[in-house]
Amino acid sequence: MRSNSPEVPDEQRKLTRPAMRLMLKLTQGTALLFCSFTVLATPQIQTWQTGNGAKVLFVPAAEIPMLDVRIVFDAGSARDAGLSGLSLLTNGLLAEGAAGKNSQQIAEAFESVGAQIEYDAARDMAVVGVRSLTESRYLSVAIESLQQVLTQPDFPPVAYQRELNRMKIAVKARQQSPSALASVAFNKAVFGTHPYASPISGSKESLEKMTLEDVRAFYQQYYVASNATVVIVGNVEREQAEAIVKTLVSALPVGEKPAALPAVKPLTEAKKIVIDYPSAQTHIFVGQPGVKRGDQDYFSLYVGNHPFGGSGFTSRLVDVIREENALAYSVYSYFSPLRELGPFAMGMQTKTEQTEQALTLLDQQLKKYVEQGPEKDELAASKSNITGGFPLNIDSNGKLLEYIAMIGFYDLPIDYLDHFIDNIKAVDVDMINDALKRRVHPDRMVTVVVGKQQ
Amino acid sequence: MKMKSIVGLLVISTLVLGGVLYHSKEPVPESSDEAVKSYQLSNGMKILVIENHRAPVMVSQIWYKVGASYEHDGITGVSHVLEHMMFKGTEKHPAGEFSEIIAANGGEENAFTGQDYTAYFQKIANDRLELCLELEADRMRNIIFDEKEFKKELEVVKEERRLRTDDKPSALTYERFKAVAFTNSPYRRPIVGWMEDLETLTVDDARVWYETWYAPNNATLVVAGDVLAEDVIRLAKQYFGQLPMSKIPELKSRHEAKQYGTQRLSVELPAKIPYLIMGFKAPNLTSEIVGTEQEQELYALEVLAGVLDGGDSARLSKNLVRGQEIANSASASYGMSARHETLFVLSAVPNEEVAIEVLEFALREEINTIKLQLPDDKELDRVKAQVVAAQVYKQDSTFYQAMEVGMLDTIGLPWHIKDEYVEKILAVTAQQVQQVANKYLTDDRLTVAVLEPLPIESNVAENTNAAVSAGEQNAQ
Repeated sequence: MRSNSPEVPDEQRKLTRPAMRLMLKLTQGTALLFCSFTVLATPQIQTWQTGNGAKVLFVPAAEIPMLDVRIVFDAGSARDAGLSGLSLLTNGLLAEGAAGKNSQQIAEAFESVGAQIEYDAARDMAVVGVRSLTESRYLSVAIESLQQVLTQPDFPPVAYQRELNRMKIAVKARQQSPSALASVAFNKAVFGTHPYASPISGSKESLEKMTLEDVRAFYQQYYVASNATVVIVGNVEREQAEAIVKTLVSALPVGEKPAALPAVKPLTEAKKIVIDYPSAQTHIFVGQPGVKRGDQDYFSLYVGNHPFGGSGFTSRLVDVIREENALAYSVYSYFSPLRELGPFAMGMQTKTEQTEQALTLLDQQLKKYVEQGPEKDELAASKSNITGGFPLNIDSNGKLLEYIAMIGFYDLPIDYLDHFIDNIKAVDVDMINDALKRRVHPDRMVTVVVGKQQ
Repeated sequence: MKMKSIVGLLVISTLVLGGVLYHSKEPVPESSDEAVKSYQLSNGMKILVIENHRAPVMVSQIWYKVGASYEHDGITGVSHVLEHMMFKGTEKHPAGEFSEIIAANGGEENAFTGQDYTAYFQKIANDRLELCLELEADRMRNIIFDEKEFKKELEVVKEERRLRTDDKPSALTYERFKAVAFTNSPYRRPIVGWMEDLETLTVDDARVWYETWYAPNNATLVVAGDVLAEDVIRLAKQYFGQLPMSKIPELKSRHEAKQYGTQRLSVELPAKIPYLIMGFKAPNLTSEIVGTEQEQELYALEVLAGVLDGGDSARLSKNLVRGQEIANSASASYGMSARHETLFVLSAVPNEEVAIEVLEFALREEINTIKLQLPDDKELDRVKAQVVAAQVYKQDSTFYQAMEVGMLDTIGLPWHIKDEYVEKILAVTAQQVQQVANKYLTDDRLTVAVLEPLPIESNVAENTNAAVSAGEQNAQ
């Protein structure tokens, strides 16, 4: 395969950055360059609030007899408060015992109707949800089971101990993955004392310290209605959607929205972290704190990153590192926006003997780009790619759900999708240059290198 | 969820094999109209269209009947290296231009190589089909094989191999497991190729491979999305219709040699977590057995995999992850869609302090239980309910639907069998599940591989004072 998809530093997966995951390609001048879509109907998001304060976003989609519902809480690892891994463990225990049913009974309930439960915790978000058929005899079972998992988890000690042990093995497994070692070290160095610095899946020490009481307390504090965003996409009418939401969350206590996260501090100097590891390749991350959701520079930086390392095969990094010098299979850069400043990261892996050469090229490219910004035609190509490719990002229920969850959770404008293309089009070279110079500091980067040291 | 559809398992297991199948994400399913319209050009090229007017987008895929299983020792990996070379340009569209044009038009494009196929795709606005076909037709016949470009790309491929296999203990173990499990089947070779073979691969190897297999009469175009079949066919005729046919070599039929007793291997390398793989040789679906009684065995094997690992309520999770609490994770998989005999694979990661022998014994016990006691109806119903639901969920992805028919057609199966998949799964009985367990999960079909971790020599040196900035240091 020829893909150049990024190895995401740290375990933040699908949840946090739908828009940033566009690994598209851009271009130079061809006759076809500025063709854009005729008329794109963006889905209209309906929104309301439940009696106990949960925010709801709903998009009806009648084409397929299925429904996706997801409840998002501000209960990701940013809320671990020193007990790294607590958010993920709490989330993972919801379906391990609820309303008096054990793990087996819960799994059987979902699977007997072909429903797929989802649960995950990332930096900012913790989610619980289900994909189900909409035929009522199936849907009712799926929603009832989800309601139990969400509002009546029992946290049985047996399940707690088992899942804790499984997490310890996952932590141990990081020690045999140079990319995992690199990403953990990268986040630690970039975020310092900020909660974003700790691994989502915990550390050996934090997991030793954890107790079942910590899990219960975490659940009680964060899995509350005023901290919940409910997202629904699928083949139901508004009235039915309201009933489903009511069933799901009305038993959640109102609770409180958690306090704002501390701001991420900028780096004051360059740091280099070297980890000796007996791998064939050296894994490299270079980066710094980047951008937030809703940030005034978001579109400038997103579009600005695109021709640099965000557009795959038409990006400068791929061109120089992979195509010209054959130093890596995968090389990229991205901004991963979070509630507070998420990482700006450049990543690649190269045969160990080539490490210095690859690092030098990466550094030169970054300096040059921050100094000079994109060429006009590069920018035009990027904008054309992003706007032209936008319909691909909302062409399925699954993708819509991701987008809408992001919009709801981060309190972005409800018409975010309607204005996305205009926001991209509005970015010009000057805005990018200005944002890059203010926000990206090549002389104050964290560099992480994991590989064989001579 | 292990059982998605007829090709779902293949996708998953190919990923497990450390294969070269693209994408880290599971294919997201998308079309409500299941009808596939087919057509053949006079030069033998096949065209399959799935109309789905949900969103103004489409996916275009070209599938070639060639992949790692077509290779022979000494040139392993050539199909995949050729896939990379397909982006190196033609006279008409020099290197990089293909990607640039697709990107300028808001599209995404990539390619993937499997055991039995090589495929190229674009996801793009529905009014850009002509552009995709023009570019694909051009590179089907006109790729430039420049030695310098080839050598560079080969280095990229080696980096890919290091990334995906060499530095991943479980992927490396799986590669060696397959090399032992199969005696003479081409599936014993890795898709990405042995590093030793990559070292000696030449631009001529790639060119010969291209000239041998890349021709309209060895390719299938699949287009799915907001398009009209008549437009697709018209444009396909326009761009591919003039391409000359090739004489495609006839492959000899290959059959895996008989195995005598259980085969074992241990893979010792720096790692932290042991890993166990148990693979039983199992039949693949061929066009000859479609519609016969023998075919039902394969569906029974799929249901058997579901009984063991069709979700969190299935036996491996229930008994080994929970229950005895000896496995950190455990899985079972089987995929019938392959050109050659395949594997029914169980794999597991032990919990702390659990000996690998204990885990192997427990997996064998699970198999023995099925051999001796009929699985109960509720269990089978759960497996089947998930298959029925997955069939609906897959409508959420046009890409996946295109992939399903493209893959079936390319491995030589009638693509309409995908429509019978659910029905055939639903027809499987508890007795059949027990019968196939007894017939196929036997010691003389078994290969057991164990990853035995050696110590990792490493230490962490952290220079937080950073008197010298990373940038300055690099510039020296």
